[in-house]
Amino acid sequence: MLNKYPLWKTLMVAMIVAFGALYATPNLFGESPAVQVSGLRGVEADAATLDTIKAQLEKSKLTFDSIALEKGQVLTRFKNTEDQLKARDVLDDFLGKQFSVALNLTPNTPDWLAAIGGAPMKLGLDLSGGVSFLMEVNMKEAINKAKTGMVSDFRGDLRNEKIRYRSVKEDSNGVIVIFRKVEDLEAAESLLKKRYRDLLLNTDDDALTLTAKMTEAKLKEIREYALQQNITIIRNRVNELGVAEPLVQRQGKKHIVIELPGVQDTAKAKEILNATATIEFRLVDTEGDLSNALNGRVPANAILLRDKDGRPSLLKKRVMLTGDHITDAKSGFDEYSRPQVNISLDSAGGSKMSNGTKSNIGKPMATVFIEYKPTDKRDAEGNIVFEKVQEIISVATIQSRLGKTFRITGAGSQAEAHNLALLLRAGALIAPIAIVEERTVGPTLGAENVQLGFQAIMMGFGLVFIFMMVYYRAFGVVANLALGANLVLIVGVMSMIPGATLTLPGMAGIVLTVGMAVDANVLIFERIREEIREGKTIQQSIHQGYEAAFSTIIDANITTLIAALILFAIGTGPVKGFAITLSIGIITSMFTSVVASRTVVNAVWGGKRLDKLSI
Amino acid sequence: MQILRLKETVAFMGYRKIALVFSALLMIASIASLATNKLNFGLDFTGGTLIEVGFQQAADLEKLRDVMKSNGFADAKVQFYGSSRDVVIRLGLRDDVKAEMLGNEVLEILQSGTGQTVDMRRIEFVGASVGDELAEQGGLAMLTALICILVYVAFRFEWRFAVGSVVALFHDVLLTLGLFSVLQLEFDLTVLAAILAVIGYSLNDTIVVSDRIRENFRKIRNTEAEEVINISLTQTLSRTFITSITTLLVLAALFFKGGALIHGFATALLFGVFVGTYSSIYVASLVALSLGISREDLIPEVIEKEGEDQEALMP
Repeated sequence: MLNKYPLWKTLMVAMIVAFGALYATPNLFGESPAVQVSGLRGVEADAATLDTIKAQLEKSKLTFDSIALEKGQVLTRFKNTEDQLKARDVLDDFLGKQFSVALNLTPNTPDWLAAIGGAPMKLGLDLSGGVSFLMEVNMKEAINKAKTGMVSDFRGDLRNEKIRYRSVKEDSNGVIVIFRKVEDLEAAESLLKKRYRDLLLNTDDDALTLTAKMTEAKLKEIREYALQQNITIIRNRVNELGVAEPLVQRQGKKHIVIELPGVQDTAKAKEILNATATIEFRLVDTEGDLSNALNGRVPANAILLRDKDGRPSLLKKRVMLTGDHITDAKSGFDEYSRPQVNISLDSAGGSKMSNGTKSNIGKPMATVFIEYKPTDKRDAEGNIVFEKVQEIISVATIQSRLGKTFRITGAGSQAEAHNLALLLRAGALIAPIAIVEERTVGPTLGAENVQLGFQAIMMGFGLVFIFMMVYYRAFGVVANLALGANLVLIVGVMSMIPGATLTLPGMAGIVLTVGMAVDANVLIFERIREEIREGKTIQQSIHQGYEAAFSTIIDANITTLIAALILFAIGTGPVKGFAITLSIGIITSMFTSVVASRTVVNAVWGGKRLDKLSI
Repeated sequence: MQILRLKETVAFMGYRKIALVFSALLMIASIASLATNKLNFGLDFTGGTLIEVGFQQAADLEKLRDVMKSNGFADAKVQFYGSSRDVVIRLGLRDDVKAEMLGNEVLEILQSGTGQTVDMRRIEFVGASVGDELAEQGGLAMLTALICILVYVAFRFEWRFAVGSVVALFHDVLLTLGLFSVLQLEFDLTVLAAILAVIGYSLNDTIVVSDRIRENFRKIRNTEAEEVINISLTQTLSRTFITSITTLLVLAALFFKGGALIHGFATALLFGVFVGTYSSIYVASLVALSLGISREDLIPEVIEKEGEDQEALMP
């Protein structure tokens, strides 16, 4: 029979819409203010933590709605923000440094909904308030560091094999070694070729030079490592900030996105994120003449650095140990109650330190603190130019052969020691990074945006609703049902996809979809009207209207989808949000306006003898 | 209810000379404006710092400018944003080492300079490289979108339609950019997104028309191409209008209710939908016609297919 769907088809459509509606419901329950306690540095919040928190809150006479241990975090929900803020202060004081206490908004999704994976849509920072940063990793510096490493490795290798060379220098693309004799050059080539398979070696017998270049794969590996290391370090630093649900994610080849929802004090966040620091240990050059060096005649194997009060020292150029071997750093006090920093090294670092200090007991060793401060200057390739600021933070006499753990005293006040330890612990970066973009949205603007977006969606929906009803009467109602189902499905799908966030442009995308989604129904209905005018029977007209319009609808929607997907691929943040809602809206609207509306039409008008149609 | 009840075919293509001149003039004007006035690129593309603050009472812009000036920010642009209590301060890229700290600094200056509690609504800082990258990516996105669409339409229809629809898209994008250039409206990332949405919308319209032209070429025999196009445009005109109306309705809601942040976005789309509707009627079909579209180009290779959907009609 014409225009009749089998029961299973009708049921399936109803079920899909109901499914979407089910997953859209968590958005109706709102959120309540919560305090989230999570462990830092390997400490995990457990049942005992929960009990202490509970006891402390009860002692402070703070009432809470619920308290639960979820994924190593204790989450306490409160009735209002006032209690939440008080509780945060109480817990922050009480729990101390091993835990981070963060404010959070927790969805009030009922348990049965949460159990089947229901969760409300994630709001973007422009709606929830908070700050997002884009940081750029200085890849040039990462490559430079690798070259510096190659120079000292080459020197060591050649020396160990007793191959004599004139010099080992960094070159634009790698390292260049100059020899005195061809035999040495050949011996070096066969040695280095064996040892470094990821280098391209070139020799020039006449000039007695050997150039080593990093392969493209090696360069890629260095860049990848620099990015990954920075991400790890930033994650650590972000954790120190005590933010609920932070996001640290790579973007492209050299960028990292950091999203900190709810953070208002962006200055502190920036300071912590920006503090790119590393440390180097060098022996003090006791043989060189400091006054000569101050007049510009620095010995070839030494460098001249100053401490924070401007006092100069001459240090050996050779770095004894770099900061990337540091595994932990803690501030504390020595036996004379002076602030100190205890440093632990990895095993490679330990043996380097041990080798470097064994023949230098009694000699002074300097700890150099190196910061890369981003400047606004850019080089020819558009990369940020970093200014390398080196400062001696301590000169200490090597008391004994140092190993895997040792300590530095004289780093200044207790606060400074603490600060230094934090930076060291957060890791020594192989490539410095800089904030290249910041977007902060205050909580009031965020709330306003939600309201405005919601109003625009409701108003747009209302206007289209009225128009369709007036223009197409009964069929207009069908189109409106489809439109409503579409809205529910968009929200449902957005809530189901874990990575999808709703942004203000995303809400605009929903509004736009509302306007454009009825297009499919307009196409169908106009076609039905045409067919009726041409004298076909009502049932034939309905059938023909849907059939003929189908391929047009598909073509029209696929092309729009292409535009939306391209937007998704290149867009960031809010714009991506727009692309997401638009793409989802296009797909769901094809279902609702073609399949779902047909189901309703078939159920109401299908298979009957009709002389007139309310269209 | 019916807005348009057309008994006879409208001779759309009869007006093609007028349309051609009209479109050409607008496009030339847009190019001229883009060349001389350029686009008023927003922070996303130029780089710099933007701080939006909210005051309890209406803000005194002159005073704020003085405060900024006396603190060494003579280049600060201070403007109202949406209401007289919201103020936006824009700063260009500076050579200071800590450009990313500017926002916080300005906030403190305003707080102490005005003696009022200042509500931080928004801080945006975009470094120079990011701006350049975004501009590059944006241009690339538009090009990729146009090429992908060209390929899809050529694959689904015929190359003449593909060229027609891409020319129409180019026309729409150019005119929308022209509008932003003439009115010196701020061109930021959301506007770019809106323009891509305009591409989607305009294409939607064009495809509907092209689809009908293809169908009519198969159905109606012994008729001039021009007449077939006229018939198709007349048949789809009602739908074109209704969809434009519903889209314009929601866009109006967005324009008036969506807030200041969405204004540029809504403006671009509102204008784009107008132009897109016009271009799908005139530009796309006109180009296809001028390229010599004919019945033979659109007849499917397998003729039996025509009978197939007839059978489905049998009860």
